[in-house]
Amino acid sequence: MANDQTRAAGGKRPRPLSPHLQVYRLPVTALSSITHRATGVALSVGTLLLVCWLVAAANGPAAFASVSAFIGSPIGMVLLFGWSLALFYHLGNGIRHLFWDAGHGFDIATAEKSAYAVIAFAVGATLLAWIVAFAVLGGR
Amino acid sequence: MSDNTSSLRSPLGRARGLGSAKDGTHHWWAQRVTAIALIPLLLWFVASIVSLAGAPLPAVQAWIASPISAVLLLSLIVAVFHHAQLGLQVVIEDYVHAEGVKLVLLLAVKGAAWLFGGIAAFSVLKIAFGG
Ligand code: HEM
Repeated sequence: MANDQTRAAGGKRPRPLSPHLQVYRLPVTALSSITHRATGVALSVGTLLLVCWLVAAANGPAAFASVSAFIGSPIGMVLLFGWSLALFYHLGNGIRHLFWDAGHGFDIATAEKSAYAVIAFAVGATLLAWIVAFAVLGGR
Repeated sequence: MSDNTSSLRSPLGRARGLGSAKDGTHHWWAQRVTAIALIPLLLWFVASIVSLAGAPLPAVQAWIASPISAVLLLSLIVAVFHHAQLGLQVVIEDYVHAEGVKLVLLLAVKGAAWLFGGIAAFSVLKIAFGG
């Protein structure tokens, strides 16, 4: 096993190198992993929006009107859209995690396929939810 | 206690460094149980919210107050805040290594989960019991 790396390491067995992050393109599986964490944290914060909504509904017309106005504003819509996308991503990828926990789909080829499947599900489910929501809104 | 002779660290100091030896599996399992519960609860919740888009307050209140919604909402609140607290704990433990800061953050997340979960649950109950 006397390749260049072994020789560079002074004849010892080559140690695994950690990727040089500025020139290394993360594989989709690594991206999907860190995105699960990022969406988990974002959803935890975003859930406070749910709390605001419930508190406002319990509080009465004035509070409900201002929370509704915020949610309907451009910033509110962007936040809600982000929340829904993060939710569907994390939900889909969470199911992927549960399959792994049960011992399935852990080989690299399957893990790559399921990463793309989760992205497709997240985008599709988010668009579907918003299309239906706007249809409901238009029908009122 | 015989290893005290070979190490200057007290048994408590060593235990602190290693963490509890019995909590990990329970934490891991609770994260999975809440995740499984959240799948149907969140799909139901999103579908309901979508169908309530632009609905006036009385319609929203009537939906929250109906027995099925109220019970499912309370379950969702418990599962979400428990799951979020367990998840944020792992994130904090991975990145924060100063013992004091870590302890404060872990307590803050636990406290926030209890507090906001309690506020959310109280709001549902208030609407359901016509407060
Ligand atoms: C609003 C809802 C949710 C919030 C706030 C949330 C939050 C979090 C957070 C903060 C983490 C920790 C991330 C990490 O350690 O990297 C996490 C992990 C996890 N979540 Fe969620 N989550 C939500 C919904 C869901 C749903 C619906 C599922 C469905 C399967 C799910 C499955 C998981 C799993 C399996 C993990 C563990 C991942 C691991 O071991 O690295 N979560 N979640």
